[in-house]
Amino acid sequence: MTDTFQLDGAPVPFEPGQTVMQAALAAGRYIPHLCYHPEFKPHGSCKLCTVKVGGRTTASCTMPAEAGLNVESNIEELNALRRTLVQMLFVEGNHFCPSCEASGNCQLQATAYELQMMTPRFNEFYPDRPLDGSHPDILLDYNRCILCELCVRASSEVDGKHVFALAGRGITKHLIVNARSGLLKDTDMALTDKAMQVCPVGVILQKGVGFRVPIGERRYDQRPVSAQALDDAPRQAGVGGGCTACEGTS
Amino acid sequence: MVSDSGLHATYLGPILERHGHAAANLLQILCEAQEYYGYIHPDAVDYLGAMLHLPRSRIEGVATFYSFLHLQPQGEYRVLFSDNITDRMLGSTALMQQMCQQMWVEPGKVSEDGLLSINTTSCSGMCDQGPAMLVNGRAITRLTHQCVQEIGMLIRNRTPLVDWPSDFFVVDDNIRRRGPLLDNKLEPGDSLRTALALGTQNIVGVIQQSCLRGRGGAGFPTGLKWESCRNAQGSEHYVVCNADEGEPGTFKDRVLLASYADLVFEGMTLCALAIGATQGYLYLRGEYRYLLEFLQFVLQRRREQNLLGKNILGQAGFDFDIAIHLGAGAYICGEESALIESLEGKRGIPRNRPPFPVTHGFLQQPTAVDNVETFCQAALAIQMGADNYRAIGTPKSAGSKLISVSGDCPRPGIYEYPFGVSVREVLHDCGAVNTRAVQVSGPSGVCIAEAEFDRRLGFEDLPTAGAFMVFDDSRDLFEVARNFVHFFAHESCGFCTPCRVGTSMLKATMDKIAAGLGTRYDLGEIEHLDHVLQTSSHCGLGRTACNPVLHTLKHFRPAYENRLKSLEFKPAFDLDGALARARQMTGRDDAGAHLKPEGA
Repeated sequence: MTDTFQLDGAPVPFEPGQTVMQAALAAGRYIPHLCYHPEFKPHGSCKLCTVKVGGRTTASCTMPAEAGLNVESNIEELNALRRTLVQMLFVEGNHFCPSCEASGNCQLQATAYELQMMTPRFNEFYPDRPLDGSHPDILLDYNRCILCELCVRASSEVDGKHVFALAGRGITKHLIVNARSGLLKDTDMALTDKAMQVCPVGVILQKGVGFRVPIGERRYDQRPVSAQALDDAPRQAGVGGGCTACEGTS
Repeated sequence: MVSDSGLHATYLGPILERHGHAAANLLQILCEAQEYYGYIHPDAVDYLGAMLHLPRSRIEGVATFYSFLHLQPQGEYRVLFSDNITDRMLGSTALMQQMCQQMWVEPGKVSEDGLLSINTTSCSGMCDQGPAMLVNGRAITRLTHQCVQEIGMLIRNRTPLVDWPSDFFVVDDNIRRRGPLLDNKLEPGDSLRTALALGTQNIVGVIQQSCLRGRGGAGFPTGLKWESCRNAQGSEHYVVCNADEGEPGTFKDRVLLASYADLVFEGMTLCALAIGATQGYLYLRGEYRYLLEFLQFVLQRRREQNLLGKNILGQAGFDFDIAIHLGAGAYICGEESALIESLEGKRGIPRNRPPFPVTHGFLQQPTAVDNVETFCQAALAIQMGADNYRAIGTPKSAGSKLISVSGDCPRPGIYEYPFGVSVREVLHDCGAVNTRAVQVSGPSGVCIAEAEFDRRLGFEDLPTAGAFMVFDDSRDLFEVARNFVHFFAHESCGFCTPCRVGTSMLKATMDKIAAGLGTRYDLGEIEHLDHVLQTSSHCGLGRTACNPVLHTLKHFRPAYENRLKSLEFKPAFDLDGALARARQMTGRDDAGAHLKPEGA
């Protein structure tokens, strides 16, 4: 018998060591998230995955699963909170979806759709963030960075290169690259790096392929983020990978 | 390796040597490098990266996290005015303006000749003798116009700091009321001898029976913490003293470190004996850098007295020593897990918990982190015995508490009371009259109004880390709250979305109201932001960042409403204000350069 906890009134099985988020995704249950990635240790910074456990709110991606927990996630109170957090991320950076080459592949945009965000609500911050086109193959557009640290983690943990890091504090926190010049061309970043694949928005872009896949036929144009996220998640033993959102678990 | 690193290698070499070439000491290395060179030069970053085997991005990440570290040239003299509300109430804003004018410097910028920079810093812990400033990290108190003028002359003449009048740097204890802690007659080693007589195994028990709770504000039972730490598996156990006293309005740890350092170290050594630690750290906030040499001296004396080192007091196997680590201007490092990250030479980001520091703390080993005052109280409790100790205070708040009183009162300073003292009694003792409000436990605590002055300090009612800021009826509580909101926005570590973005939004909203552009809609937005921050922030900073606004809104709503426009919505964007830059560039400020006449 595997242990289970309750997620919005339905049981979710889990294995020891799994977090609430990991178990939920493995069981085909979506909890909105941005900084969580199934291949990396969760760190819980975006807070979109905030759930209620016994009346207390906590990030589900870092919350260890425990038998008998009563977790609430898909309730209006929390979805409203998530909508606000997404709005905060939108106004903090410079996100102009219609002219962004990541449009349709962007997890921030897709999550905003998922959460039915209609307006930015808050005053835009319009931060002054640079572009870095110095690398022959790769463009960095810091305007869109949501500080999820996935590229930082991928570059250090998988690529062993430490190309990216975070600098500054508070609202001045920003992504930097590992070069005295501050330019990507002076790092050892390569197209084959894991760090190329993990950006949930449109900061790290391969040059020359921007619109090869037309808008309308992109990742989140096909299926909403809630379904895509389940495809990407390691599935519960016996269920196998690559399943669709409609596939339940036994 | 980079060329021309020779210059930097000469001073970095000995620093690296002192710190064992350990990446975990990165923050300490950077502090010392800056102290020598004035800032951290790019060549120094390259050199340190090579020697410590760290990517330079990691070093830059750490250096840019801490307010006191700089990667660009700073002035030869770096002047920082303490910007707590209590400093402002004593006139710090005008003093800073005066100095900027006198020295021809814009706030936040380095003068063109590279001589100096003038800026503000979060509360420097001198609220009882403000307005205060830090010059190249050294505290100067009781600033006056004359004194600021003198400082300007000394800087202009490039007088070395050591040759400045020594009375500038005097920091008084201002102890106004003593209790069992401040009146103790303990000699160094007394409570250690008592503890050894009790038996090592019994220390935790006595602390538990004394009902001692942490004095940093949260009030976690100290005995339980020590017991959990002792029982946790690990190759090493560590004792950490949290002397990162950053909560605006708090300065009791400053006094304990300055005048009761032996008691602090004695408490840490007791803890080490109880949990089986051989190494301790005192994390000293950068603002208290001036205490470092003195504390090192006390440590050295204790080593010579066999109160630190090997076989302490002749007890075979009782080995323990203490190192001091400096902070560098980051309030968040007062949070214990952020403090541990900082101790490890990283950015001070609060960790995910569980696991807690008692099982996975410094270097992932079991670690007991306690406040300066807690260690003193522990030493006292061992000496007095659990029953005697517990007899002081109230049932759920045993012992006494140091209160840091500042603001509108004739006798600011340190007051020791048994827990359970009423706000009114403290106000009476410090001579406060016409008091409108008291901010208990700093910006993250509560603001209470006259009707609540009979409430009592203690974990049953008003828990406090010790700050007690008094505001009389001449004060505008909106401006108090706005100062605190700016503080939180400045000190947010930026890790989680709600706190990073939310505190800045809150700041913008308060500034909008202050500018006379606020509406009822904005008050609603503040409440909305509060809910978001409270429910989703990563740590206590974000969860409490709205408190000052909420509490003042509750008690002093007219202070806000008087500023509001009656409109339902008014944009924060100021069309005429947007032309300010164009006006500055063209040197024009006539009517034609404005969209509307002045004051319209």
